[in-house]
Amino acid sequence: MESVVEFFRWLADAHKIEVSIVYDPLDRGRFLTGLLTTIWLSATCIVFSILIGLIGAWLQGAKSRAVRALVQGFVQFFRNTPPLVQLAFFYFAVSAALPSVTDKYGAAVPLIDNIGWAIISFSLFAGAFNVEIFRSGIEAVPRATVEAAESLGYSRFQAYLYVILPLAFRVCLPALGNNLVNLLKTTTLAYAIGVPELLYAASQVWSEVLNVREMMVVLLFTYVALVAVLVYFLHRWERAMRIPGYSA
Amino acid sequence: MSDLAVLQARAQMPSPSEWGSSGLVRLLGSGWALAAAVAAALLGAAIAEAATATGRPGVLSILVKWAPLIFTGFLFNLLVSVASMAIGTAAGVLLGLAQISLLAPVRKAAWLLTQFFRNAPWLVLLFFATFLLPFEIRVGDAAIPFPAWLKAIFGLSLPVLANVSEIVRGGVLSIPVGQWESAESLAFSRTQTIWRIILPQATKRMIPPWMNLYAILTMATTLISVVGIQDSMTLTRGALVAEGRVDLYLPIYFMLLCMFFAYCYPIARYTQVLERRFAERH
Repeated sequence: MESVVEFFRWLADAHKIEVSIVYDPLDRGRFLTGLLTTIWLSATCIVFSILIGLIGAWLQGAKSRAVRALVQGFVQFFRNTPPLVQLAFFYFAVSAALPSVTDKYGAAVPLIDNIGWAIISFSLFAGAFNVEIFRSGIEAVPRATVEAAESLGYSRFQAYLYVILPLAFRVCLPALGNNLVNLLKTTTLAYAIGVPELLYAASQVWSEVLNVREMMVVLLFTYVALVAVLVYFLHRWERAMRIPGYSA
Repeated sequence: MSDLAVLQARAQMPSPSEWGSSGLVRLLGSGWALAAAVAAALLGAAIAEAATATGRPGVLSILVKWAPLIFTGFLFNLLVSVASMAIGTAAGVLLGLAQISLLAPVRKAAWLLTQFFRNAPWLVLLFFATFLLPFEIRVGDAAIPFPAWLKAIFGLSLPVLANVSEIVRGGVLSIPVGQWESAESLAFSRTQTIWRIILPQATKRMIPPWMNLYAILTMATTLISVVGIQDSMTLTRGALVAEGRVDLYLPIYFMLLCMFFAYCYPIARYTQVLERRFAERH
């Protein structure tokens, strides 16, 4: 570890390649905080977006036309508008329309802070895609399977939870994986509202140390590595969920 | 035949019973959704207008005042999207063909490049281009300026080229091997086979994902406001600063969302129509 730090210090002194996040404790702290924030933001949004997707896909099978139209409207609107404008809409507009609360020092602060809005905004954005993904998976479950569940006395919700969903989930895992990778990449937009995630941390470092070139390379590789880790876990999940004899 | 592969293939196919049977009905469906959204927005603005105290201009009149300017910004977003798409497509087709090259080093390098730019966030690539490209290019004594908006176009075309590369590779691989073999037996060279036999057939299959990518790119063009280029997003913020009224925030951002929706939703609908037509034929 010490020799690695020495190597990067030598690189900075001898070749002006300043990867300051390795040898500068302040920059290292910022970068690690950014990394953790990005991971936390992504993980939270993944959980919420899957929940939104599951609930939305269930509501799309509802008998009421109004409910289905409402879900369809939500899905199409969030899929076909820029996530950055959605984020601004929530953070600047909706936040301003909500009442503010007083913090422990007596100052007025918004009800939901920037990280909160980032989570809400990205979860809804990715959730809209997830609704469509789960719906396509549900439609791929053979009608006979659903009828068999009904004839065994399952209610609509029970059949959804115990029969349709487990099958549909396996079918749509590849598409879901794609969308979750996209979600991870979308979390960079939180930079625009000052959430101290990876891109924000990197910009803080490069505006002080003036090492844009080095930080860019570090950023690109960090994100590609994060995506690789996510893809690895998704593949493992896919393999763990495989039913012997069911898959090809 | 109820194995996972078949189910997954079925899940890829859109449902036949969604909006109606003909493409026209579906496009009309998009029209109705749009009309409903705009009507809701106008109604909301009208209510806000009625609720405004006299003496201050109403929300609706302020929206009408700023709409042309924001729309100009929106047109600039579209210009950026078209330019990035053109550059990204041209480079992406070449990279995609390099991915099926017979030379292993070329193939591997193209694969690596594709995966790298596909998996990096768009905003990071945009920062990458704006900060690391030079502000002018010197050719001998002449200096060709390289303004920020041009850099942004290049930055956005990076993820586009990687995605186009994958679309081309997928399209070419989807053509049955028999086509390659019969072309070979007719003494076509490899280049001739690709350009005259494989690509013309693959293009039809590549168009829906390519249109999908274009819609995603159009929505991503708002990112250029983050690197300091004036677009619809910047102008919207400017209008809000100029007016300095909190009750304007919701309607004006909603108006911007509607502009993008009005452009991207028909593209998404038409993409689905094409996909469905393709799925029916095969």
